[in-house]
Amino acid sequence: MSTSHVLLGLLASGPRHGYDLKRAHDERLPRARPLAFGQVYTTLGRLERDGLVRAAAQERAGGPDRTAYEITQPGRAELVAWLGAVEPPAPYVTSTLLAKVVVALMVADRAHAREYLIAQRAAHTARLRELTARKTDPGAALGAVIAADFAIAHLDADLRWLQTTLDRVGATNGEQ
Amino acid sequence: MILQCRGLVRSYGPTQALRGVAMAVDEGEILAVTGPSGCGKSTLLHCLAGITRPDAGEVIYRDQRVDLLSEAGRARLRRTEFGVLFQFGQLVAELTAAENVALPLLLAGTGRREARTAALSWLDRLGVADLAEKRPGEVSGGQQQRVALGRALVTEPRVLYADEPTGALDTLAGEQVLGHMVRLAREQRTTVVLVTHDARVAAYADRELALRDGVADPTGLGLNASAGRHAGSAR
Repeated sequence: MSTSHVLLGLLASGPRHGYDLKRAHDERLPRARPLAFGQVYTTLGRLERDGLVRAAAQERAGGPDRTAYEITQPGRAELVAWLGAVEPPAPYVTSTLLAKVVVALMVADRAHAREYLIAQRAAHTARLRELTARKTDPGAALGAVIAADFAIAHLDADLRWLQTTLDRVGATNGEQ
Repeated sequence: MILQCRGLVRSYGPTQALRGVAMAVDEGEILAVTGPSGCGKSTLLHCLAGITRPDAGEVIYRDQRVDLLSEAGRARLRRTEFGVLFQFGQLVAELTAAENVALPLLLAGTGRREARTAALSWLDRLGVADLAEKRPGEVSGGQQQRVALGRALVTEPRVLYADEPTGALDTLAGEQVLGHMVRLAREQRTTVVLVTHDARVAAYADRELALRDGVADPTGLGLNASAGRHAGSAR
């Protein structure tokens, strides 16, 4: 799951409170279902346990507990590793791809985002070729062919999005 | 390496369709040339197949400079060494499927009987033997394309050029045409240059050359790296 990495990405520019993180997350990655507060705090708890974030400051000016979190060095290393790693090309990988590209544009430069997109596109294309070979094998059972069709249709949609994103990232300067 | 080009440039009026393309294909390899419309991929195919002449650069088939051949020389090459499959409209409407497939052999001087036997055998290999006496207008688009594939392969060309061969077909009909094309090319060890804008079609190839604005797309080079055994030959 990529929520923890998206939170790390949001913390890369400076400490934030849980509420702040939720709002920034929903704004950057508009999805059908916004991130629940509970999920923000469990994720932060897990990241803190693993030493990837730490509590930076606490405000208790009459209101509820407001802890700001900041990213640690191991947290930054984890973020960079995630941004550079190509996702295994499979159906339903799209939302992770989206999260990764959005975070890459947020914390790294366009050149890095492009590098990642190009590597991901190569992985998708190689997988498309494998699935096509499997599907055209004369011995392939109908079920296997249909399963390959399903994966191919989704990867093809991803590929078109990756290409459009590459064009967009290449076409403009400065973020958004 | 059976076919290569270097520094290909080709303009149509003020528009530069190719701006210095270099590529190479191994014997028996299936290469997809991909890119958005207007990227120069069809022009590249036309230059490689000797249909048009580049303004500059070299096209080398085996030891021959295709770009230096006369029109007659290129026509001979297209008749004997190359086969071409376009999106649609290559079959002669007045001829039956068998006559259409036999046509290239008849033009090359093969006897009528021998040409017909060869044509029937190709139609059989393409799973359309029962359509031998039908005219193009009487069969589906996918069946027409299989007959056209038979006509492109009947001379047993060393290189098959296919330009969006399934562009006008629905998914399943297109799949059958591509399946037959790839299987027969592998059996005959025919080299294929397959032009397409569709990643699903390109996935039938061993390797992909991405074009953009008349040059090899730098962001597409990563695609070649996944090809394993053919990785180096695009340079």
